[in-house]
Amino acid sequence: MSKDKNIFKATWAYADAPESTDHIKIKKQYELFIDGEFVKPSKKKYFDTIDPSNQKKIASIAEASSDDIDKAVAAANKAFTSWSKLPGKERGKYIFRIARLIQERAREFAVIESLDGGKPIRESRDIDIPLAASHFFYYAGWADKLEYAFPNRKVKPVGVAGQIIPWNFPLLMAAWKIAPALATGNTVVLKPAETTSLTALKLAEIIEESGLPKGVVNIVTGAGETGAAIVNHPDVDKIAFTGSTGVGKYIQKATAGTAKKLTLELGGKGANIIFEDAAIDQAVEGIVNAIFFNQGHVCCAGSRLFVQESVADVVIQKLKSRMETLIVGNPLDKNTDIGAINSAKQLKTIKDYIKIGLNEGGEIYQPNCKFPKNGNWCAPTLFLNVSQSHRIVQEEIFGPVLAVQTFRTIDEVVEKANNTPFGLSAGVWTQKGSKIFNLTQRLNAGVVWGNTFNKFDPTSPFGGYKESGFGREGGLHGLRGYVKFD
Amino acid sequence: MLPNLNNLPTYDTVGVNERISRFQSRSIKKSAKVEGLKLALSMIDLTTLEGKDTKGKVQQLCYKAMHSHDTLKDIPTVAAICVYPTYVAIAKEALKGSGIQAASVATAFPSGNSKLQVKLDDTKYAVEQGADEIDMVISRGEFLTGNYQYVYDEIVAVKKACGKAHLKVILETGELDTLDNVRKASEIAMYAGADFIKTSTGKIQPAATMQVTYVMFDAIKDFYLKTGKMIGMKPAGGISTSKIALQYLVMLNEMLGEKWMNKEYFRFGASSLANDILMQLVKAETGMYQSADYFSKD
Repeated sequence: MSKDKNIFKATWAYADAPESTDHIKIKKQYELFIDGEFVKPSKKKYFDTIDPSNQKKIASIAEASSDDIDKAVAAANKAFTSWSKLPGKERGKYIFRIARLIQERAREFAVIESLDGGKPIRESRDIDIPLAASHFFYYAGWADKLEYAFPNRKVKPVGVAGQIIPWNFPLLMAAWKIAPALATGNTVVLKPAETTSLTALKLAEIIEESGLPKGVVNIVTGAGETGAAIVNHPDVDKIAFTGSTGVGKYIQKATAGTAKKLTLELGGKGANIIFEDAAIDQAVEGIVNAIFFNQGHVCCAGSRLFVQESVADVVIQKLKSRMETLIVGNPLDKNTDIGAINSAKQLKTIKDYIKIGLNEGGEIYQPNCKFPKNGNWCAPTLFLNVSQSHRIVQEEIFGPVLAVQTFRTIDEVVEKANNTPFGLSAGVWTQKGSKIFNLTQRLNAGVVWGNTFNKFDPTSPFGGYKESGFGREGGLHGLRGYVKFD
Repeated sequence: MLPNLNNLPTYDTVGVNERISRFQSRSIKKSAKVEGLKLALSMIDLTTLEGKDTKGKVQQLCYKAMHSHDTLKDIPTVAAICVYPTYVAIAKEALKGSGIQAASVATAFPSGNSKLQVKLDDTKYAVEQGADEIDMVISRGEFLTGNYQYVYDEIVAVKKACGKAHLKVILETGELDTLDNVRKASEIAMYAGADFIKTSTGKIQPAATMQVTYVMFDAIKDFYLKTGKMIGMKPAGGISTSKIALQYLVMLNEMLGEKWMNKEYFRFGASSLANDILMQLVKAETGMYQSADYFSKD
């Protein structure tokens, strides 16, 4: 009987199942949140925030100038005096309240996150928003237990924390930054990324509603210049940055020689290693989660795949067939697996890298995807027959592009996995527990997942080695960046 | 020949559950839902397998199979009626001209604990009575003691006894304990000549689950890639609502695809599922749910 490899085509087209947007409230114009109030930017400048799935404008966002940053830092400084003296138990109450308010409005947050950022509603609903709430819950619990977190040490807050966050997980990153800072008694000036300011501004509304003392959290919007004004402000005591390695290097230079504390969480090029004794189908699912989660806009994405040669053919065949079933399209549709690329600029970066990969002789594979009109779309992409010498293997693409290499032995794969300037994440797939523990010792990565990938929990510290940054966020370790000892 | 069972893929329960949660979170609405519901209805093996079965009960069930809800237009009939061998002739007579198949369980159903000759006689009797399809059970005791050759040979013998009747092989996954065992048993059954592999008798809990069905789909897919032969799949027991049935169809759609999306290659072994589907179809047509009393129970 003849075999047809394309026989497994899924043809039952699911009807549209868009999440309703009737219940969300978005203003036409958003101001800066400084000293507990929404204020107009001093230069009266605004920029547009765009829905990346149809290029339509959603709202105008205020652009903060250095004068506005001065005001925000002054407000945070003023608030620090009383906030830092508040008993931990009282601080905890506010943080718990913020967590509960996020939960109550989870649906609205999820829809806005997908609308503004392009990520599928399945992810914002099931991952981003619940995780953001649980980070607040988790650190609220630490607020009155700091003496147990650091036994026999007298801890003090650092002061005003300047926090700059990326566009890939807007609300979640805000939670990662704000929750531990508040729990330890610091005050905050936070700047969301310019393409995804909306959920941070909705969070500002919740913070206002929670009755948090004025000036404890200030949220200022804008692009690179606004961020630079925070980084270079003399009255900021700590900078916490998540974003690209390039900007991270700039910040480290700018803060050198100052008293500012610094934590950086930067880029990555995670190795996802599949051994021949892995549960292959689940490993294939893991590969999909590792690289196509959030359109590949994940700093810890498993963007380098290493497959043991004895199973390479079957893994690649199964991966291709799985990719055929991924639905790319409207981020608000409940059946969408891969949403829109966050911005036209990022789409161009990804497309440039795909060209580079082709020019370097990589063998490309993309499933047949039907894209909606307009919008920023990129099909999930594999590059086969590449090596450590290819640029698409060395550099962070930050898109749904996976570079596939094969290996023969454990030593070989450890050497290759570590052969990168980054060191953020890695994944190991094998049914042998001993092999996982052996490898976690030898891989230079802040997070090593065993038989899973891209799993996050507020109790678990996250951060990188080498050019992926330093300092840890999440867990007990996440408190360390926000305290100093007597 | 008994296939090599030593290098089969293994399954990680956590990973399987994660994949299944993706199927379960697909949102099936409007036209896709109606299409799915009709398809599911056409795939049902309406079943009565009780000690207290009688001629009357079987005839009533057959009538229900042919006239599931006459006020609804354009709905398919179920695929088959599934009964014990002694009621096959009655079912066959009642279903005459309807195109609905008569299926019979055999081989000392449900335990399978008897000697081979008795099982073969059981099978032949059901076929003589007119069964179009035979649902056999494997010897789980022999399987769990590692006597795979015995299980294989038995299926080969039953397949021969079936003649032209289609053979569905029941693995009784609720007794096999691990997903790796389910894969092993699927492999044995397919290589021994099964036309369908089936999860359960319905007499053991848990009966069909999405986890074991996932593993069996995976086995069917790999078997096709190796041999070019398409094997059918029948989850049976515990699938009582439209919602669950649609989740199975989503999994079928995304794992095996359109060639398997029909009653030739996929069946639901169920009794109460049909009425739930009918209720949903009426809701889709009229916009409101009707009382369960408007749907005949046979």
